[in-house]
Amino acid sequence: MGGYFTDLITGTKSLLDGMWVTLKEFPRRPVTLNYPHESVKMYRRFRGHIELIGDEEGKPNCIVCSMCQRACPSGCISLGGVKPEGSKKKVLTSYILDFTTCSLCGSCVESCNFNALQFSNEYNLASTRKEDFIMDLLKRLEEQNQ
Amino acid sequence: MSLTLFNVVLAVFIAICFVGANAAYLVWCERKGAGLFQRRPGPMENGPWGLLQPPIDGLKLMTKQLLIPGGVDKAIFMVAPVLAMFPALISFVTIPFSNSIVAHPIDVGVLMIFAFAALGSMSLLVAGWGSRNKYSMISSVRAVSQTVAYEIPLMITTITIVMISGSLNLGDIVQSQLGGFWHWNIWPLQKQVGFNLLMPISFLILFVCSVAETNRAPFDLGEAESELVAGFHTEYSSMGFGLFFMGEYANIVIGACLTVILFLGGWSCPIGDLGFFPFTHNVGWFLLKIYLIIFVFIWIRWTFPRTTIYGLLNLSWKYLIPISLFNLLLTAGLLKVF
Repeated sequence: MGGYFTDLITGTKSLLDGMWVTLKEFPRRPVTLNYPHESVKMYRRFRGHIELIGDEEGKPNCIVCSMCQRACPSGCISLGGVKPEGSKKKVLTSYILDFTTCSLCGSCVESCNFNALQFSNEYNLASTRKEDFIMDLLKRLEEQNQ
Repeated sequence: MSLTLFNVVLAVFIAICFVGANAAYLVWCERKGAGLFQRRPGPMENGPWGLLQPPIDGLKLMTKQLLIPGGVDKAIFMVAPVLAMFPALISFVTIPFSNSIVAHPIDVGVLMIFAFAALGSMSLLVAGWGSRNKYSMISSVRAVSQTVAYEIPLMITTITIVMISGSLNLGDIVQSQLGGFWHWNIWPLQKQVGFNLLMPISFLILFVCSVAETNRAPFDLGEAESELVAGFHTEYSSMGFGLFFMGEYANIVIGACLTVILFLGGWSCPIGDLGFFPFTHNVGWFLLKIYLIIFVFIWIRWTFPRTTIYGLLNLSWKYLIPISLFNLLLTAGLLKVF
């Protein structure tokens, strides 16, 4: 019989305490986001996949020195450029990132001396097709300029 | 009311509509309530505040294939969901929504509701047995042992009320509590309950038992997902599952109705009959009270985690049954004295 009534009273009280906790939360606003319609703004320093930085005219800062290509331990960057007639500098014609093998180490961004690469804030990257991860960063820059 | 065929058909039609609409929209209330208690928005996508969700869910259930697993006893397997829904439906026949709104007042209304509630737990047993699945079987055995354990204090408490009002007719039980809220059976200090100080405890026992009778959280041992997949309705798809679901929500409404009729004065206005519309004894008060009780059901479900089967049976056999028995004897004595 020991503790029969104590159990009863403390038990009832703890149940009522629990109900009071949930009742207090009931009228308050939801803390969740309605995901497909709204999403969290990613932090400025989030390290997503890399992207090209453009100048004021929207042209890439890249001068096709290929430092990033050489710095990449996984070999997932391939870029190409041409030297137009009468010009000293090369112009970037393609910049392909194979994100399937990228480990986001950031060596490419570190090695770039011309402020041409940065981490993007992109984090919605799930896909069922491999082709979605072969990224044309030049095209991405053009889309960003529009 | 004369018992013509038309009246009977009309009563059945209204009962089915009431049960169906309630089942559908209580699911919505449950999901919305779950959301709000957990600080989520709940159903939002279909219609304003997700109000179109129940019909869409119903349509989805109806268009799905009714799978019958190999090797089951087909007749038993098919009859179980109907058996779950039908007693819940029948019980509405005798529940008085107000002085005039009752399909068919029966002198042993209380008895009838308990008889059909017992049939409801049989449907769980039949479903578990018919499914040919060990998890379903264990689940239905649990559900039945739980229902048996909680039916006893429920009935003893009801007998207490029946002694107080001197009638098994639900309408008469409410009639004896008409007047203000101070005439309701839940309050101890009044002559009709013999100044029995345990009346609020009695109400609590009845309430706990009606939660347990509906097999809802925190008493949903029969549906413990972590142990028993989904319990007795594991093998049911389409409307077989739908009927179990509707039966559960119909049972919630019946539990709430019973609580309100026995302890909270049924359709009586809380401040007495003042003679003008909202403050007369009318059906609105009854509906308000049952939905308040249902809100508490939902509130409890989303507050407490599931108990263990031992804790569940201990609560009934160690606490609820002795206390309700003591209360029964005390009431009998007090009624004799006063």
